Amino acid sequence: MNNTKKIIETIDIMKVFGMGDASVAALKGVSIEINSGEFIAIMGPSGSGKSTLMHILGCLSQPTSGKYILDGEDVSDLDKVQLAHIRNKKLGFVFQAYNLLSRTTALRNVTLPLLYNHTNSKDMEDSDEKAKSMLELVGLSDRMHHQPQELSGGQQQRVAIARALINDPVLVIADEPTGNLDSHSGIEIMNLLHKLHEQGTTIVIVTHDSKIAEHTQRTIHLMDGLVNNIIHNGKKVLA
Amino acid sequence: MKLSEAMRVAWEAILKNKVRAFLTMLGIIIGVAAVIIMVAISTGTETTIQEQITSLGSNLLFVQSNFGRGGPGGGEVARQSTGLIYDDANAIQNEISGVAAVVVEQNTAQTVKYGSVQLTDVAIDGSSPGLPTVRGMKVANGRYFNDSDVTRKQKVAVLGYKLAQELFGSTNPIGQYISVGTTKLAVIGVMAEKGSVGGTDFDSRLYTPITVVFQKFTPSRFARIIGDRVFAITVSVDPDATMDNVITQINLLLAKRHGLTLATADFAITTQSDIISTRESTTAAFRDLLAWVAGVSLIVGGIGIMNIMLVSVTERTREIGIRQSVGATPNDIRLQFLIEALLLSIVGGLIGVGVGVGGSYLFGAFSDMRTVVSISSILLAFVSAAAVGAFFGFYPANQAAKLDPIEALRYE
Repeated sequence: MNNTKKIIETIDIMKVFGMGDASVAALKGVSIEINSGEFIAIMGPSGSGKSTLMHILGCLSQPTSGKYILDGEDVSDLDKVQLAHIRNKKLGFVFQAYNLLSRTTALRNVTLPLLYNHTNSKDMEDSDEKAKSMLELVGLSDRMHHQPQELSGGQQQRVAIARALINDPVLVIADEPTGNLDSHSGIEIMNLLHKLHEQGTTIVIVTHDSKIAEHTQRTIHLMDGLVNNIIHNGKKVLA
Repeated sequence: MKLSEAMRVAWEAILKNKVRAFLTMLGIIIGVAAVIIMVAISTGTETTIQEQITSLGSNLLFVQSNFGRGGPGGGEVARQSTGLIYDDANAIQNEISGVAAVVVEQNTAQTVKYGSVQLTDVAIDGSSPGLPTVRGMKVANGRYFNDSDVTRKQKVAVLGYKLAQELFGSTNPIGQYISVGTTKLAVIGVMAEKGSVGGTDFDSRLYTPITVVFQKFTPSRFARIIGDRVFAITVSVDPDATMDNVITQINLLLAKRHGLTLATADFAITTQSDIISTRESTTAAFRDLLAWVAGVSLIVGGIGIMNIMLVSVTERTREIGIRQSVGATPNDIRLQFLIEALLLSIVGGLIGVGVGVGGSYLFGAFSDMRTVVSISSILLAFVSAAAVGAFFGFYPANQAAKLDPIEALRYE
């Protein structure tokens, strides 16, 4: 594995909301690089722009100026449809509130991204096989026919992680993945993310919790829309 | 997203909200059923009218008094005109070649008594001996009255099948005397069972020479001067004669008898095909009107679908955000909601077809009206339902497709 390959490169990203006098700059020129296989935390107090940065990194919105290169492709100027395709093929999301479809089984939640994979020629059975192996990976093979309301928070978050992984993304973005969980479940989720990282998945966690950030290799601190500092957490960077 | 998967997703969404889906479909169900039932009723009526006209026999001409169509000075003609009289019928019978039979009718209602049995308001059908031929009726027992009974004003009666049973039960009515109003009539025959056609029960009628009705039941003080007025004269044309030729002869004869020209004629001749086509065009217009009225309820149903779909889009904003985050394009979202609206209207349409066909059948079975379900009405109703779903589903689907993923994910 070529660990020096850049998955994310942002060059002087700015994001301005509103127009004229009422405009607010949420990001004022952020340049970061994330390599393949890295486990990164983005931290900052509320209002620091970390959510805005996450949305841009997750291709849910676009920078006002600057460049964003994801997996070697400049995605700064893509249209809505192209962004949707990028999200589908290259990105996996894990949200604080899990964001599973209600009244839909774990298995169906995990196969959801495959529905929108336009290059995917898998039929239903193959999709189900793949989803089952993903649920196995997160340790939920015995819960695949349960609906979210029948699962604990930790289990729901693991379903969400399985969903994030199903299209073999180049990057998993986790937004406060333990924010809604008790400490025990939170540790379980972090251990699962560690396991995935060790298997080579590139992970970015957005959090305001320094204890969570300590799990990662590097922490990017944002402050007032700018990168404040980058701390290497002293953990062993793979290779 | 593949179409089959979009269908499955939409179908699952409907199943998750069965009650609401049913209520939404109700508008479409009622609309489709209404179209089918309305068209079934009018088609049934149309069929009945046609059968009725056909059952009157073939090769028929109808001569009717016509005071309104006198052209310029028609009003004056109307005042001077005597209209058709009984002697006109006799003249047609005697003077025109190619005429097989001429029938005139004068109807009234009288109380009929035999022994202790008394029936009020029995329809008395004063007519000519040709009536059974023209109507396609048969005598079951005894005989029908003949020309000499008519000219000699014989007080005889031929009973409808049901009327004979009500009056006489198992007794043989032939040769018995019944009183009709204040007149005694001798029963000479009983008709075979005919049934009802278009609300007229031919089995409950009493048939007697028209001259007897003129004399005993509907006397007119003008009769001695101008003759007995008749409403219509039915002419059965000989199969070997040409219709047009007979029409021309009757036109000329009656114009001469009434002292008029053809331009100011106080009568009109129609053929059976004239009547059928007139009836067809009026019933078709009636049917179209009903179908349009019923179609309005389909549109109301469509607005119901739009309403619910808009609510559904708002309610499922977060779901839309989730789908967008895992890579659904605006088109994927639009397709999903459009198919959902279409499915609602198509399933509603199918149920509506069931209700409409069943309802038409029940309506026909439990009311006097006859219903005939036509395939074209089913297709029309069903296709309009689907079109309504697509039309009214588009706006909500578009609203869903336009949602911003970040806003949608934040939606509580």
